[in-house]
Amino acid sequence: MNTQYESVIGLEVHVQLKTKSKIFCACSAAFGCEANENTCPVCLGLPGSLPVLNEKVLELAIKVGLALNCRISERIKFDRKNYFYPDLPKAYQISQYDMPVASKGFLVVEIKGDGGVLTEKRIGITRAHLEEDAGKLLHEGIKDGSWVDYNRAGVPLLEIVSEPDLRTPEEAFQYLVSLKAILQYLEVSDCNMEEGSLRCDANVSIRSIGETKLGTKVEIKNMNSFRAVQKALAYEVKRQTKAVESGEKIIQETRLWNESKSETFSMRSKEQAHDYRYFPEPDLVPFSVASEKIETIKKSLPELPKARWDRFKTRYGLSDYDAYVLTSDKILGDYFEACIQEKADPKLTSNWIQSELLALLNAGKIAIGDSPVKAKDLAGLIRLIGNNTVSGKIAKEILPMMFETRKSAETIVKEKGLVQVTDLKVLEEAADRVIRANAKSVSDLKAGKKQALGFLVGQVMKETKGKANPKLINEILTQKLPIQ
Amino acid sequence: MSQKFDIQQLAELVRLNLKPDERAKLSRDLEKILAYVEQLQTLETDQVQPTSHVLQIENVFRKDIVKPSKVRESVLKYAPKRSNQFFKVPKVIEET
Ligand SMILES: [Zn+2]
Repeated sequence: MNTQYESVIGLEVHVQLKTKSKIFCACSAAFGCEANENTCPVCLGLPGSLPVLNEKVLELAIKVGLALNCRISERIKFDRKNYFYPDLPKAYQISQYDMPVASKGFLVVEIKGDGGVLTEKRIGITRAHLEEDAGKLLHEGIKDGSWVDYNRAGVPLLEIVSEPDLRTPEEAFQYLVSLKAILQYLEVSDCNMEEGSLRCDANVSIRSIGETKLGTKVEIKNMNSFRAVQKALAYEVKRQTKAVESGEKIIQETRLWNESKSETFSMRSKEQAHDYRYFPEPDLVPFSVASEKIETIKKSLPELPKARWDRFKTRYGLSDYDAYVLTSDKILGDYFEACIQEKADPKLTSNWIQSELLALLNAGKIAIGDSPVKAKDLAGLIRLIGNNTVSGKIAKEILPMMFETRKSAETIVKEKGLVQVTDLKVLEEAADRVIRANAKSVSDLKAGKKQALGFLVGQVMKETKGKANPKLINEILTQKLPIQ
Repeated sequence: MSQKFDIQQLAELVRLNLKPDERAKLSRDLEKILAYVEQLQTLETDQVQPTSHVLQIENVFRKDIVKPSKVRESVLKYAPKRSNQFFKVPKVIEET
């Protein structure tokens, strides 16, 4: 009765490759155009038209394959996947069945443990293959039918299939974060889930711990964020565990995630009766990939997240965890390095980005790339802290003002008179006033109660409206009130 | 009735409405095709590269260049149904 279960998860990620034109025709692959504007006889599946592979698509796919430690196939071909659905004008999708671009790779994922300790886990990549996207169906508010927009039909996709190596919904989330980071670093995709340039389906089954055979898997679709993938998996693991514990059999099926209800529901069985009858695409000739070409692409790969993570530790003296956070998102890493370029102290910058800046951005639901405080300006604030112009406390008040007004830290400091007080005479006078007003704490301190010093420093800070240099106050008070 | 395939299911997959006599005729044809394939399968092909295409050419690419086709209006004009710039099809899913 007390069987312990583990979940077995594999993910299928569809990523839209960043090209100007579609995979097999010269239509624009841009998002957000007028309906059916980007269509032609090829992507509309009109008789007599012929698809021709976009050279850039194959190059980008090989890039991803190499970054995921895959074997790149010397020979590849395309196949037809046959099914009827109105979003597919040809009634088949050109995909790759048995000769994908890349296979047998792996991705190292960082699993966060207690106290922010990161442990590595290697997740196998089964394959990555190319295919064309389908069109978009609109149903909402249309009573007597559905509308179809084929702008997306024929947009290049790379489907990346993982091995069922993931064991928890959290691991699945981390896998997606790491994969997205690599794709961003490679600059092969916009990785925008809202615009559909990154999509994820999940396969999940459960089995008793110790069991080596896989259980019956269920496919879940319709998740629109990484967190939704995690939540849908958690829900599904719970549902399957409950079913198995009450003696039910798991049915192999496709279930859809309902975000507002936070549950998965079964798709009607009619739509699951798929038999794709793959066969080689006669309209496209096969392709051979020369090893020299693979070598050239390999040499052109940019610095990837793992390498940058190591470099941030050795070059900037950041902790393992801090360096990981800053490099797990390319734009965040770029922001950090732009601050360093502007001569801001690395450790101080790392702290300020991770605590103050990200807190403000998250509160306003703003992406780091759209931050109203640019790297140059944050660096300006950090330099003011570094050279003792402002205290850290005041700096924390300045940053939200920079956010709002988009003015530089220097300007705000000047306008508001926030320069740190380092004038000894002013500080000593403030200290004297505090000593007179706090006889109790003064005698406590003299009696050796060191906590009293912290209190008195705080009072002087208050007296100077936070503008005093805490180090100087400390020295002044210690000098004036020697422990007896 | 063939042991190897279900003619009715195949017809449904490819959206064909077959009359009973057509079903019988196509079943016989398919039987013959499959028998021929069976014969082929007895051949030793371990050393032969699979042929996925009849032409001896490979690596036909195009450059990543956008060229608007401007066919939208002429295609929509002949669509069975349209709604402004959209193609219109029978409703494919029920509201969830
Ligand atoms: Zn096209």
